[in-house]
Amino acid sequence: MNSMAGNYTTSDGREIGGVMMEMKNITLRFGGVVAIKDISFDIHEGEIRAIIGPNGAGKSSMLNVISGFYNPQEGEVWFNGKKRPSMKPYHVARQGIARTFQNIALFEGMSVLDNIMTGRLTHMKTGMLAQALWRGPAEREEVQNREVVEKIIDFLEIQHIRKTPVGRLPYGLKKRVELARALAAEPKLLLLDEPMAGMNVEEKEDMSRYILDTNDEFGTTIALIEHDMGVVMDLSDRVVVMDYGQKIGDGTPDQVRNNQAVIDAYLGVAHD
Amino acid sequence: MPEQLLFAMEVTLNGLMAGVLYALVALGFVLIYKASGIFNYAQGVMALFAALTLVGIMEGQVPFAHLINVIFGTEIHHFGWEVPALLAILLTVVVMIIFAWLVNHFVMRHLINQEPIILFMATIGLAYFLEGVGDLMWGSDIKRLEVGLPQGINEWIDETTFQALGYGFFIDNLDIVAAVIAILLVIGLVIFSQYTTQGRALRAVADDHQAALSVGISLNFIWVLVWSIAGFVALVAGMMWGAKSGVQFSLSLIALKALPVLLIGGFTSIPGAIIGGLIIGVGEKLFEFSIGPMIGGATENWFAYVLALIFLVIRPQGLFGDKIIERV
Repeated sequence: MNSMAGNYTTSDGREIGGVMMEMKNITLRFGGVVAIKDISFDIHEGEIRAIIGPNGAGKSSMLNVISGFYNPQEGEVWFNGKKRPSMKPYHVARQGIARTFQNIALFEGMSVLDNIMTGRLTHMKTGMLAQALWRGPAEREEVQNREVVEKIIDFLEIQHIRKTPVGRLPYGLKKRVELARALAAEPKLLLLDEPMAGMNVEEKEDMSRYILDTNDEFGTTIALIEHDMGVVMDLSDRVVVMDYGQKIGDGTPDQVRNNQAVIDAYLGVAHD
Repeated sequence: MPEQLLFAMEVTLNGLMAGVLYALVALGFVLIYKASGIFNYAQGVMALFAALTLVGIMEGQVPFAHLINVIFGTEIHHFGWEVPALLAILLTVVVMIIFAWLVNHFVMRHLINQEPIILFMATIGLAYFLEGVGDLMWGSDIKRLEVGLPQGINEWIDETTFQALGYGFFIDNLDIVAAVIAILLVIGLVIFSQYTTQGRALRAVADDHQAALSVGISLNFIWVLVWSIAGFVALVAGMMWGAKSGVQFSLSLIALKALPVLLIGGFTSIPGAIIGGLIIGVGEKLFEFSIGPMIGGATENWFAYVLALIFLVIRPQGLFGDKIIERV
């Protein structure tokens, strides 16, 4: 399979669309430290793309570049065929890119329902005053947004905790609520930063299923970072491998698995 | 009914009314603290500045008159017109929104992710800066503020209580107006924060900056919004205090009374600010009335702080504040 070409068909028979996002020669530095060094890769519409690599490889930095939390010193980010200027995270979110965080960033004091409703913010149009008066269009909009949110609550099977303040939830459920909030934005591209970190086997299986179902039912393009190699290989269509800020592999799980540089990075070889 | 009890009742009522004014100032603190985690030391000075601006606009005063006269050798002080109260209030709101934008643009947005103590220090600097600007803009003399609010004894309460109890209660009309306005303000704020998109965004920002950004909320917009609302609340508070005791620079000191109010009510609760204000208002009036004469009076200066200290020991998060739970 030629990964750089346009459309392709996955091993399980799904049709993948053209290039949605393209990173061209991205370099990111923090002072003297180079977190990402001249990396290029692309994400196709409808695929599940994984970024893997050992600790400190620069995976999260890459995700932060995509979501606008970091702006790279060099390189270009292309989204939907257009070069993206340097952007604030909330601009990126409004373009239809939603994300979750490695260390869960939820609104702890708010209920599960309210948390997920914040995911709808980019879809709200009526003005402040109209909403305060709770009339006409504002009310219709609220109802429509609630419908989307209820659908996602059903989808992720969190009906029973909808009114619970997020702060009281156990870790696994928090991860799920965070996914729900990201899905509420009905994103074109969903970024997941270690969605299964700290989970037990059962929770990991659940989360894998949700990720696959999201891709399947909503057609959402997904880019994810994950440590668990088994999970990554099962989930993703194509994998980027990073090490020390550089790209050392890119391709289908099978291609990556047999890549000598990747094997070295994970098993460790003597550098001399 | 024994006379002492009647006096105590009147004192309690007056305390409630005074408490409303404390609550108004405390409300401004809570709003900013909730949304950005900043304890805004400048809230009291903002109330003063808003009141000064309101009077200045109403009287047609030329802003920075002193400065202009010194530089250009002129002798201008007034435009020679008077602005009606309602229009002047609207103009002052505009000034407070501009102020909010300036604060965010030049100070707060450069301090994102800094320690709370640094943000706090910044607001102390802001307070003294704003006090200076207020002085330079409008002069430092005490001004009367007359926006047409009713003042003086409420005859109806006086007569009704006289007929019912044989003793007429003295309640100032201005205090009643203040109470009504405070209630409306709180209802408005609660509706805003619970039922509007911007309100939800505001609560989101208060909770987690990173997460708020990721769902498409602009922090700068929310902060300007919050400082604008705080400026508006400051204007209301400044108007009430100004109408009661004249617009003067000691007005900024009421900010300090808001501190014990917040310690009692909790820094993160709007209802807490109200209840805290009422407790302090009633508490200090009753204490002065009952214990004051025995220990030489002037207890109102310190009673609020002692009460706050006691609360700190018993319930450090305040009556309505978020519980501080650390999972181990």
